[in-house]
Amino acid sequence: MNRRIKEKIKYTAGIIYCALVYVFLFLPIVVIVVNSFNATTSKPYLSWKGFTFAWYGKLFENTVLLASFGHTVLLAVVSTLLSTAIGTLAAVGMYKYHFKGKGLIDGLLYIPVVIPEIVLGISLLTVFAKASVPRGMITLVLAHVTFSIPFVIFNIRARLSGYDNSIEEASMDLGANRVYTFFHITLPVLAPGIGGGALLAFTLSIDDVIISYFTNGQVKTFPLKVMESIKSGVAPDVNALSTLILVGTSLLVILTQSGIFSKHKK
Amino acid sequence: MEEKKIIVEIKNVNKVYQGTNAVVKDLNLNVYEGEFLTLLGSSGCGKTTTLRMIAGFEDITSGTILVEGENIEDKEPFERNVNTVFQTYALFPHMTVFDNVAYGLKIKKKPKGEIKTKVMEMLELVQLGGFEKRYPSQLSGGQKQRVAIARALINQPRVLLLDEPLGALDLKLRKQMQLELKRLQRKLKITFIYVTHDQEEALSMSDRIAIMNDGILQQVGTPVEIYEQPATRFVASFIGETNLFDGAVSSVDGDKVSVSIESGVITGKGTDFKVGEMVAVSVRPERIKYSVRPVEGFTVPAAVKEQVYVGSVLKTIVVLPNGNEIRIERLAGEELPAEGMVYLYWKDEDAKIIHSFDNNIFAAIDNIQLA
Repeated sequence: MNRRIKEKIKYTAGIIYCALVYVFLFLPIVVIVVNSFNATTSKPYLSWKGFTFAWYGKLFENTVLLASFGHTVLLAVVSTLLSTAIGTLAAVGMYKYHFKGKGLIDGLLYIPVVIPEIVLGISLLTVFAKASVPRGMITLVLAHVTFSIPFVIFNIRARLSGYDNSIEEASMDLGANRVYTFFHITLPVLAPGIGGGALLAFTLSIDDVIISYFTNGQVKTFPLKVMESIKSGVAPDVNALSTLILVGTSLLVILTQSGIFSKHKK
Repeated sequence: MEEKKIIVEIKNVNKVYQGTNAVVKDLNLNVYEGEFLTLLGSSGCGKTTTLRMIAGFEDITSGTILVEGENIEDKEPFERNVNTVFQTYALFPHMTVFDNVAYGLKIKKKPKGEIKTKVMEMLELVQLGGFEKRYPSQLSGGQKQRVAIARALINQPRVLLLDEPLGALDLKLRKQMQLELKRLQRKLKITFIYVTHDQEEALSMSDRIAIMNDGILQQVGTPVEIYEQPATRFVASFIGETNLFDGAVSSVDGDKVSVSIESGVITGKGTDFKVGEMVAVSVRPERIKYSVRPVEGFTVPAAVKEQVYVGSVLKTIVVLPNGNEIRIERLAGEELPAEGMVYLYWKDEDAKIIHSFDNNIFAAIDNIQLA
């Protein structure tokens, strides 16, 4: 075999390999999108019975499903805001100040990240039960903030590693007090790290099942609702909502990647 | 000479970090209005700490600093009428050059039109006209430094503090910026307090130099005074190259002092010395002469060890009988005999006699005895 043919085979094999990886990644998503337009009405909703928008209409009549989605969004927004605020202060504080036990506190941050979610879920439930905190939105928020904080801190810390402390000194030197300096220098410079941390916290919260399962009480979040419904096959209105979420997040990613949100390049 | 007005007065200032030795020890220093004063010393000598105490980034452990007669101890950095140029530039990365320079005026809530005029003026002054829309990441090191200087000067501070501002630049750019800084300082007549470890930089730019070592102020004076009349052993060896001969005073005749060293007798000038006192004699390499025969008053024989041409000058190393090496610099063409004995001598005024032990060491010895 001459070299040119060998190269050609290698190249073709590479293409096939890549194609397979992408098919594997995206086929399930395609199935969900296609199924959301499936006119079938009999369980388990898998055989193709023609095209329809009916499920999208039905979705907006399914108040329970919509309410669960509302819970999820509320939970994600509140827990993201709280964990981002706490995480930012913690990361900046731990970067700037040296104190006894800093190494220990630092190490402890990794625990919520590495322990299995199910363990965190059980322990949170135990604590809430012992402290007689009624399970519901409050406990969900507390639980989500708990597991999000370390991720926020790690994200901001990565940004801080290239941070020059003297820019704050320069700001004060030029006449700005501490509050002005924080909002005009510290925060904007750390914004990408804070934004990344917040996005991560939001993503973690919005699709969390395990920890939510232990701490939700009567409040059903969207992932919990989906888990419940698949006992009888995934209902096409769930597919419809998933498709809408998919379109929403894809748009967000495309917008971010295209650089619309960044003021300047570099 | 006209009476100069003191603008910064440092009185008995000490700085001790928790759990470490004192970084600045009993510092007394006056800075005059409009002068270019350099704090010179090797790293860890307390020069940057001193600067940061004036700026307000470090607390003063004891003592007082007055700026324009006012004690600044309880003033926040943003309440002090001094501005700083940082070694790392410390430009705001998320702001354009214009916004960086305008920062101080925006805080003072100046009208937009005035800010614009002043910023453009300032950028012209540091030769950065046309760069106002760039971000710091799009500038070279020298350009960043100019922005930092413009940003600090726009507030029209009474005193500008510069912390090794040229430290990160390459040699050629550094030389160019030295001249430019000096030009700016003359033009604006603002007092500059400049920190550097580069003695050449200090000598070429400063009106006066304050040399620090180990937190102790060694000497304050004009570049010529510092070079020609070093007050301590440290200053003599830190500024330029010098040869130090250790010995004891053997006779004093007015300001002419004879000193016995291991390999003979040498003479130099100095006042306030007693016979028998331990001293060091500092002679610059370019001031040492030699003869093949002994010279009156001097009996310092030396053996020629090595000669090196460095362009226009010839550097020679000779060895004293006790093994100490002495450096001599001659203009090329006046070389020493390639080998054999020579006798070293010099003009009395070219040899500076220095007390071997300064008062600090006596104080230290007293403390040891007490303890």
